[in-house]
Amino acid sequence: MRTGDAPTRALGYADLPRLIAAMRGDEKHSGAAESTVDVLWVLYDRVLNVSPATADDPARDRFLLSKGHGPMAYYAVLAAKGFLDPAELPGWAGSDSRLGMHPDRVLVPGVEISSGSLGHGLALGAGMVFGLRARGLTEPKVVVLTGDAELDEGSNHEAIALAGRASMAQLTVVVVDNQSATHGWPGGIAQRFAVEGWATRTVDGRDHDALHDAFTTPHPDRPLCVVAVVEPKGS
Amino acid sequence: MPGMREAFLSTMDRMLDEDPRVAVVLADISAASLADAARRHPDRVINVGIREQALVGVAGGLALAGMRPVVHTFPSFLVERPYEQVKLDLAHQGAGAVLVSWGGSYDMPTAGRTHQSPGDVALIDTIPGWTVHVPGHPDEAVAVLRDALPGDDMVYLRLSGQSNAHPRPGPGMQVVREGTRGVVLAVGPMLDRVLAATDGLDVTVLYATTVRPFDGATLRSAVTGAADVVLVEPYLAGTSAHQVSEALSDVPHRLRALGVRRDVEVRRYGDVADHDLAHGLDEASIAAAVKAFLDRA
Repeated sequence: MRTGDAPTRALGYADLPRLIAAMRGDEKHSGAAESTVDVLWVLYDRVLNVSPATADDPARDRFLLSKGHGPMAYYAVLAAKGFLDPAELPGWAGSDSRLGMHPDRVLVPGVEISSGSLGHGLALGAGMVFGLRARGLTEPKVVVLTGDAELDEGSNHEAIALAGRASMAQLTVVVVDNQSATHGWPGGIAQRFAVEGWATRTVDGRDHDALHDAFTTPHPDRPLCVVAVVEPKGS
Repeated sequence: MPGMREAFLSTMDRMLDEDPRVAVVLADISAASLADAARRHPDRVINVGIREQALVGVAGGLALAGMRPVVHTFPSFLVERPYEQVKLDLAHQGAGAVLVSWGGSYDMPTAGRTHQSPGDVALIDTIPGWTVHVPGHPDEAVAVLRDALPGDDMVYLRLSGQSNAHPRPGPGMQVVREGTRGVVLAVGPMLDRVLAATDGLDVTVLYATTVRPFDGATLRSAVTGAADVVLVEPYLAGTSAHQVSEALSDVPHRLRALGVRRDVEVRRYGDVADHDLAHGLDEASIAAAVKAFLDRA
């Protein structure tokens, strides 16, 4: 900051609609973006130990947006938390913008993985936990966000079983459930994780305190799945 | 003499002791051979079970967490099955890894098509940024592996049960024999049979262990007389044809590309020699192809 500049007002949850609106156009995935906004805010505001100043710290917490579709809420939260300049948002998905319809970690500060093709984040997250463990970094959390329809991809189930058996207490998966999976998940999504040895919580995906509790209740010997239920897609 | 696979595994056993950044990721294949290392380094020998999408995805995560993953299984299951993970979980993330396959195009001839992967190098070649090594001898395999481990880049190391009698370690292309009527480029395990097939012919023989990056400068300078090139690769025929074209773009030239045939799936068991014959990669077939090509000039 140059001398004489007024301190920038910290942006908050109330600013997110304005930041998202800055990106609104004919973006067809806008519904998905909305479904994740509360989960993303609670994570970045109250759970994750990461900031622009610690974005390269090996001991930082890591957030992986596996469901790369509809990243408006993600970019808005990154802007609110200082990873991005809000002035960058209106030009998103343009040829001069770093911000694509699917985020690219090589281009966007604070973005931990490039995503867009569904079903890649869980295995990447499990690999990160293996790597952190091998380096003696047993405190940092790795939080992966998926959608209920994304779980259709079989690659997720390879990673769910693997992380469960490897007792990955550092790993959290949050499934934003807007009931959009074509064939559904009879018996509930949490059951798919529980049978593989995960701790599970199913909460209201719009309730910030419930999300916070779900993310922070200890699960010392196993990975955690938080199913964040939101209104059905298109409702 | 131990083969390339044994040389790779014993080297990894030692390198896990020497370099704390190295992690080996397996999908059951070869896990028994690294069981001792896994006991010594339980955090760095990771067997994901028979889950090849997770195999490569986990490697990407390891790299993003600062480790140097070495990923190993048969090429069908390392490159073909998780191709999108190779493209996205490594290259697109900007994450490096050393992918080490064993099995070549048909090292397991009785196993049939499911265990044959002649297209592995061509598939890797669709993704920018890979170094591809096709060693022709276990000593070459160990040398390129040891060179690759300290880095952060993407390396594909294609090991095979086929091998030349003597190692020729070194980067780029080596001039093994000089002649004037054309150039024959032998890749990896193809060298000994190419030397035998061209014995008495007035041709230059080049040898490459490393095919990406492609040493086009050496190929270009080897073309002194006739710009007639025969490419002999142990995988899909013509995989490096575009590289030859690029290297010789300033000179009229002819190219004959030998390798695993593209026109049919060879539904045959038997032994490796049967498959060499079926693909025209035995000494006599190579000799006939080279002679016919030169005679048509």
